[in-house]
Amino acid sequence: MPMRIHVDAEKCQGHNRCYALAPELFDVDDYGNAVVIGDGSVPAELEDRARLALANCPEFAITISE
Amino acid sequence: MTSTENLNVDFTPVTDWATDFDHADPQYNRNAHEIWAELRGTCPVAHSDRYGGTWLPTTHEYVREIAYDTENFTSRAVIVEKMVPPDPAPIGGAPPITSDPPFHIEARKLLLPPFAPKKIELWEPEVRKLCRGLLDSMMADVAEGKTIDAAADYAKRIPVNVISRMLGFPMSDEDLFLEFVHDVLEGIDDAPEIRFVKIERLIQYIIAQIEDHVENPRDDLTSYLMGVELFGEKLSVEHVGGSIILLLIAGIDTTWSAIGSSLWHLANNPDDLARLVADRSLIPTAVEEFLRVYAPVTMARLVAKDHDFHGCPMKVDDWVLLPFPAANLDPEVFPDADKVLIDRAENRHSAFGLGIHRCLGSNLARLELTIAIEEFIDRFPSFTLGGTEDDVTWSVGQIRGPRQLPVQVLAK
Repeated sequence: MPMRIHVDAEKCQGHNRCYALAPELFDVDDYGNAVVIGDGSVPAELEDRARLALANCPEFAITISE
Repeated sequence: MTSTENLNVDFTPVTDWATDFDHADPQYNRNAHEIWAELRGTCPVAHSDRYGGTWLPTTHEYVREIAYDTENFTSRAVIVEKMVPPDPAPIGGAPPITSDPPFHIEARKLLLPPFAPKKIELWEPEVRKLCRGLLDSMMADVAEGKTIDAAADYAKRIPVNVISRMLGFPMSDEDLFLEFVHDVLEGIDDAPEIRFVKIERLIQYIIAQIEDHVENPRDDLTSYLMGVELFGEKLSVEHVGGSIILLLIAGIDTTWSAIGSSLWHLANNPDDLARLVADRSLIPTAVEEFLRVYAPVTMARLVAKDHDFHGCPMKVDDWVLLPFPAANLDPEVFPDADKVLIDRAENRHSAFGLGIHRCLGSNLARLELTIAIEEFIDRFPSFTLGGTEDDVTWSVGQIRGPRQLPVQVLAK
């Protein structure tokens, strides 16, 4: 199973840390809130970046399933 | 807040931070890190009778809990002062920062798009040009070996220029905006009648600008706010004016303080400066670390309902300071919390707040802070404090940063 990331839209407040750290995995909408790109699957070479984004989210809005 | 007996007493120096703190005491911001560390260990929710009764939590857990609790705490006023302003919840005087749910999100959604990352990124060349121009104007003093003021002549000039252009206000009024910021954020200790006169001057200025935009609509945030609709209707003048006051006041002092504190750190820590100059890939983590350690903004709430907060009897209309910078220095949450590690990779700091009131301008603030540091160290790869710490003056009140920062540029 590939790693998958998820953003909880209720928790995200648009700090944009994930978008800055891993723009290959996260995008932002017109309000500046984060959305995962595609279905949230993380290529193996970007797994560390996904973990870094999770560890920098002030609102604990990102989860990872492996 | 019914007592009026102490309202006209001038500020008196603090002798006990646990029972009688006052963030308008110049010693508070100068020694904030030490004060918060001591309180966190001995009295994690301090109380002072000043300002009609004020609480000061200093742990990450408590600051976070209050930031998320919109039932027991209201945002209808967010600057601690001697009189609670009359603006009622849920709108408050400067929406959306002074707004509570459910109104808050509707007002906030109007302002989020112009401050979203992809809109703010477009400002990068302008901000860079501005910084370079400010540095150019310092070169004569540097050439003569004089100290320069990195706070008053650099950090301070950057956000005021950008926000006045975004609002479409005359750039020739920049010094006036700086006075407004000083009046609102540092004049908290003024007697209420003096504060009223100062704030009225700001309101009258904003009304005149709105009237000018009625006659001459243009592509700026002021015309944008006058054109948008909320619940199917144009915004009231009070709402437009309140939001403009928010953008003008919150957009200036805060970023100025973050830039100044970062340069103060680099002036005092030559190893960090040399590392950054040698390796620009450290800029992003360094910026986040400066934001964590020197987070400029302490927010505030009013208690909305009498309740017990971890043993503290909080009463309606008590003030509660929300020192996000103190939360960022809590060793329970951040390893080596008191150390500045410019390569800190995991940094879940809350410099821009937590919860629904996350700083609307955070993307702009990060852009300005990043470019201001890059351009300064590009121009001056080696510099130190131009004097002693006594020559550095710090702000008073809820926004913390250096106001005078003498810097001596050194030969490369």
